Amino acid sequence: MAEKIVAGRTIQVNEEGYMTNPSEWTREIAAELAKEEGITLTDKHYAVLEFIREKALAGETLTIRKIGTSGIVDMKEFYQLFPGGPLKLASKLAGIPKPTSCV
Amino acid sequence: MATKEEYPLKKVLIICAKGNLEDVYAALVMANGAVMEGIETKLFFTFFGLDAITKKRMNNLHTATVGNPALRMPGGLPFPTLLGMLPGVEAGVSAMMRKEMDKLDVPPVKEFLEMITAGGGEIYACKLAADMFKLKKEDFTEEVVDIITVGQLYEMSGGIGTQIIFV
Repeated sequence: MAEKIVAGRTIQVNEEGYMTNPSEWTREIAAELAKEEGITLTDKHYAVLEFIREKALAGETLTIRKIGTSGIVDMKEFYQLFPGGPLKLASKLAGIPKPTSCV
Repeated sequence: MATKEEYPLKKVLIICAKGNLEDVYAALVMANGAVMEGIETKLFFTFFGLDAITKKRMNNLHTATVGNPALRMPGGLPFPTLLGMLPGVEAGVSAMMRKEMDKLDVPPVKEFLEMITAGGGEIYACKLAADMFKLKKEDFTEEVVDIITVGQLYEMSGGIGTQIIFV
């Protein structure tokens, strides 16, 4: 566990860079974390991040399929918005723990 | 002090040679998981595995109710082989398994292939097996990029950090 100063705030992160306290999350923090990953957040990104936060904070297991059927983005767009490992990356930027699902 | 160097996985080729529900899903879950990790992924279907990409069969794969010692009744009792032989039992058990998987957000085969290709994964069919089963490109779902030979498969398998997985 470590502390990190992002967008002027101190946040708790684990050794992989995932925020450990979702309530510390702000849109500005997401933007800053995204920049570290080489991504400039758009409204579409934020819509996905907020969807993910809502589901995760409600205790639902996140799967890539849930995002693809969310009505916000389809699967292809999701991969384009968060290139590489979309579910992991989006979870990181949404300030929630690393996803634990296999799908 | 010795340093431990890590070589991350860059590319996987997953070969599925079986057409039963559980083996096809093993291949699909591994392929989709690799795509989700940002690993270059190629999925190659051969022999009975071709069922998984054949339009007419792909969404109706079965799990064996005969000769499957791990199969259990709901509740955990062993599944009697004699029961598994009855008409319709295998279809019923398979439908139930598909339903249970859907609850866990494991999609039907067609949708799974769409997910894999949406993330940049590539699906191939084996030429020899396609010839043997008299299947043509139009018999396969549109996610299939091409029908290729084993030689072409190996040509795709180069590079440091590549693994071939046979299901």
